[in-house]
This record gives sequence, structure tokens and C-alpha cells, in this order.
Amino acid sequence: MGMADAAAPARPVRIPDRFRTVTTAVSLAAPLALGAAVLVVATTALPAIRHFGPGFLVARDWNPVTQSFGALPFVYGTVVTSFLALAMALPVGIGVAVFLAEQGLVRTRTAIGVGVELLAAIPSVVYGIWGLYVLAPWLLVHVSRPLSERLSSVPFFEGPARQTNILIASVVLAVMILPTLSSISRDVIRAVPGGLREASVAAGATWWETIWKVVLPAGRSGIFGATVLAMGRALGETMAVTMTIGNRPEILPTLLAPAYTLASVIANEFTEATGQLYSSALIELGLVLMLVTLTVNVLALLLVRSVSREARA
Amino acid sequence: MSGPLLVLANLAGLLGVIGVVVLLVRLGSYMLRLALGRNGHRRLANLTARALMYTAAAVALLPLSLVLLFTVTKGLPAITHIEFFVNVERPVGIPGAGIAHAFVGTIVMVGIASLLAIPVGVVSGVQLVEYGTGRLGDTVRLACDVLVGIPSIVIGLFVYALIVERFKFSGYSASVALAVLMLPVVVRTTEAAVALVPGTLREAGLALGLPRWRVSLQLILPAAIPGVVTGALLAVARAAGETAPLLFTAFGNRFLSFDPSKAMSALPLIVYRDALTPYPDLVETAWGAALVLVLLTLLVNVASRLALRRQIRLAGQI
Repeated sequence: MGMADAAAPARPVRIPDRFRTVTTAVSLAAPLALGAAVLVVATTALPAIRHFGPGFLVARDWNPVTQSFGALPFVYGTVVTSFLALAMALPVGIGVAVFLAEQGLVRTRTAIGVGVELLAAIPSVVYGIWGLYVLAPWLLVHVSRPLSERLSSVPFFEGPARQTNILIASVVLAVMILPTLSSISRDVIRAVPGGLREASVAAGATWWETIWKVVLPAGRSGIFGATVLAMGRALGETMAVTMTIGNRPEILPTLLAPAYTLASVIANEFTEATGQLYSSALIELGLVLMLVTLTVNVLALLLVRSVSREARA
Repeated sequence: MSGPLLVLANLAGLLGVIGVVVLLVRLGSYMLRLALGRNGHRRLANLTARALMYTAAAVALLPLSLVLLFTVTKGLPAITHIEFFVNVERPVGIPGAGIAHAFVGTIVMVGIASLLAIPVGVVSGVQLVEYGTGRLGDTVRLACDVLVGIPSIVIGLFVYALIVERFKFSGYSASVALAVLMLPVVVRTTEAAVALVPGTLREAGLALGLPRWRVSLQLILPAAIPGVVTGALLAVARAAGETAPLLFTAFGNRFLSFDPSKAMSALPLIVYRDALTPYPDLVETAWGAALVLVLLTLLVNVASRLALRRQIRLAGQI
């Protein structure tokens, strides 16, 4: 019997890897935190979800006194400021990315790259106080007022200009998402295979024709991913927007009037919300914001990942 | 003229102006093409585009310099008094107000958050490099990347519903919220730093018969320490500047408190609340706190960059 055992081929012995078990358990912290966040916010929003139903998303009224709550003004403000910020930041961000991805002038490029990345390090609340006390008065005198006086009949510029409005919040947001846009786009542009550039130049294309017709199209999906990622950042940005947008839950067809965003209304009203329905409605706004940014981010990640996989292949 | 007619007239005028401009540009480019020869317009387009890219790079630096300039000029008058760092809030109109309570609050809360997030994050990062090739590793990575993108105010709501609602506003609850925000940053930067360590080092360790845990914790991790420190510092800087999640967790406190089981103040909370008051001396305090915050975050960022440079040099040597 003992002989037969010895003759059998040795089965690989599985040594219990306790290090692996422990570290794997620890690494579950991040997914657990994410899952708990979604779960807890969703269950706390339940009273409002039950009370208002899906109509909550399209209701325009926000009146704590009459207990009528609707998300539309906040969704409107969030979407408009984010798109406007993106429209302003995208051309500059891609221009910077193209500039940074070029060869030569290493010192200048490093300095500008670091400068743009430091933009991301400045706390949101500092952008808020700067936007409120420096940028807003300047924009009012030099941009908003002239616009409202000269183009008052054009949509978007109707009515009297206010100091805190959609326009200023969007400008501040544009500054804040610029580093996300430019640093990811720079990496994407750098990942475009050099052979493509060389072929284009060899075929007689100018530098600009190479960038515009070869490099940027090749990095299209990555740049789109960077854009979507920046969009997610803009949608959820809280303090700087709260301090500059004017915080009025109305939908006015102009960029020069105050508005409100999902994140700002939570920041402003949550600690003062009296009654379960009011605070639950605010948490439902938070749930909407979370689900939107989650979707946007997953989409962006898939795009950026597909690019880096292509680059590796 | 009535409203709609006026709009129409204006729009027609606008269209006319656009049309004239387009025409002029067309004409100009045609004449340039005649003047510059066969490839003139291409060379011109190239030059214009290059000029535009360089302008974009310059424009991108403008907001940074403006924010720094105004934070320094408006914050300096406040922080040049020593009372600013010693005293706490005073009623409006009484001079000598300070931010000591906010300073203490930020340090205590960010400190506790670091104790929670950095060890867990570093171990998770090591795990991702050592064993994270399967589906579980991908899940952890995806969760981290998604968690980074969730607005911090929503994390504040989460911690409020989870902890504050059952107990009360406290420094501890704020630390938990900050730790959730720091964790994904630490995980991903640790992973990136550890992955940079050459595989030969690991093979050498395993060939000597060292167990896996000693190879990763005593051989690989020390080689990656500068990069890990960079990630931790970036996470600390991010946490120190966060305001939104503190609103419903730390809440704020007008008095000096070292006790994280009670409500605490923080630098960003001072900036936010004082900036929105109509009193000039409170606004000055807000600018002062903003300057301190900017100096702290920039300092940490520069330090982390230096650490990263060491990492790259170290990786080159091995």
C-alpha cells in the first residue's frame, strides 16, 4: 500500500497562502465602500422616491413650505453649467495637450504641464472664493452687462445681468476641469504610434495637417473619454459652483441669471432641512447625481481603457 | 416693433453680419493664396494652428496665476498677524480673530482619515500587483476608478446617513468620509508605484527562498516607497481641501476642540462660511484661511513631486 502511494505521481501541494487571503480581504475595502455608498444613499432616499414617484425628476417646483419638491431646476442647472464649461475648456484643453505632447522645449513644456496639473491641486473652495470676489465682479462689468445690454433679444442673454449666474459658474468649472482634459488627452496623443505621424509627414503633410487629420482622429476615443471624465467632474463639483451660481431654483432661459445645481442645493439646504420628506428629497437628488456620475465615469473608463489596450497591442 | 418682430430683426441682422464676415474671410484667403503661391494657404494654416496651440498653453496658465495672485494679496493681510494662528473665531467687529480651531480640526480629521485609508490602500495596492490579475482584481480597480469620480458631497450624504444620523456630528464621521475619498487614490498610486519595481528583484527574493509576504512587504514595497509616499501625500492634500463632505459630518465648531467625537471646524469650512458673510473682517479671515489652504496643498504637491522623481531615479538604478 505504501509502495503504491509512493509510485503515484506527486500531486502539487497547495500551501495555504495566508498572505494572499489577508491582502485580498483588505483589498475588498474599496468595492465594499462603493457598494455601501450606493445602497445607503438609495435606501435613505426611499421615503421621497415612494412619495413622489418618477414625477420627481420632471417636477419644477421646489418649495419646502408646501412640501412640494421637484428635481428639474437642479438637473437643468447642473447640465447647462457642465456643458457650457466643457464647451469652453475643450478647445483650450486639447490645444494644451497637443502643445505638451510635442517634442523639444522640454523645460517650457514641463513647466506648463506642472502648472496645469497644479490647477487640479487647488481646493474647490478656493476657486469659490476667487470666483465670488474676483472673477464675478469682473465678468459682470466686462462681459455679462455688455451682453445683456446689446444682445438682450438674443436667447441666452435676456434680462438683467446678475453678478452670480450660470455664466460665472461655468467659467470657474471650465478652469477646474481643464487639468483633467489636458493631462489625459496629452497621454492619449503621446500613445498614438509614431509610425502614423512619420507616414503622414513623409506623405508631405504639414505639422498641423498631421495633428488634425492623423493624430487627433487616431486618439479620438481616448480624447472623448477624457471629455466624458471631465464632464463627470463638472457634474459633481460642489463648492465653487455653490458660491458662484446664485442658488435660485428657477429655470430661466438666460445664462445671466442665477440658477441652482444638484450638488449646490444639497450643500446649502441639507443641514437645515426640517422634516423627513425634505431631507429625503435632498438625498434623492444626491442619488440622482451619484447614478449619473457613476454612469458617466464607467463610460469614460471603458473608452480610455480601450485606447490604452490598443496602444499596447 | 413688438417682441417677436424685434427678435426676428435682430436675428436677421446677426445673420447678415455673419454672412459678410464669412465672405470677407473667403475673399481674404483667396487673395492670400494668390499672393503666397501654391502651398501658401497650407503654410498659413500651419502657422495659425501652431500659434493657437501656443496661445492655448499660455491661456491655461492664466487662471493658475490669477488664483494664486489674488489669494496671496488678499490673504496676506490676515495671516501676517500671529493671532491668526493662535486665536479662534471672534464675534464680528472684535479684532484678533484666528483660525486655530480650524487648523487643529483639519489636522486631527485628516490625520485620522490617513490612519484609516493609507494602510488599507497600500495593502490593496500591493495585492493588486501580486494577485490582481483575475476578475477580482479588475473589480477592485474599477471600483477605485469609479469611487474617485463620485462627487464628494454624495460621500458626505452617505456618511451622514450611515453614522451621523445614528450618533451626532463628529470629527470621526468626517474622517470616515475623507478616508473613503482618499482610499482609491492611495490604492491606484501604490499599485502604479509597486508595478514599477523591476521583476528581477522579486525573482531574486523568491529564488533565495523568501516567503511571498516577505518578498512583497520587505523587498518590493521598500523599493517602491517614494511612489507610495507620493500617492499618500496627494491623497492627504485632496482630503485637506475637501469641503462638501464636512458640511454634514464635522459640521463646524466656533471653539477650539481636540475631541473628534464632537463637532469640529476645518480650514475649508472657514473659507466657505466666512466668505459668504457680508462682514469685511470675516471675508478677510476667509481669504487668510484660503491662503493657508493653498500653501498647504501646493507644499504637499511639490513634496510629492520630489518623492516621485526619487522613485524614477531609483527605478533606473536597479
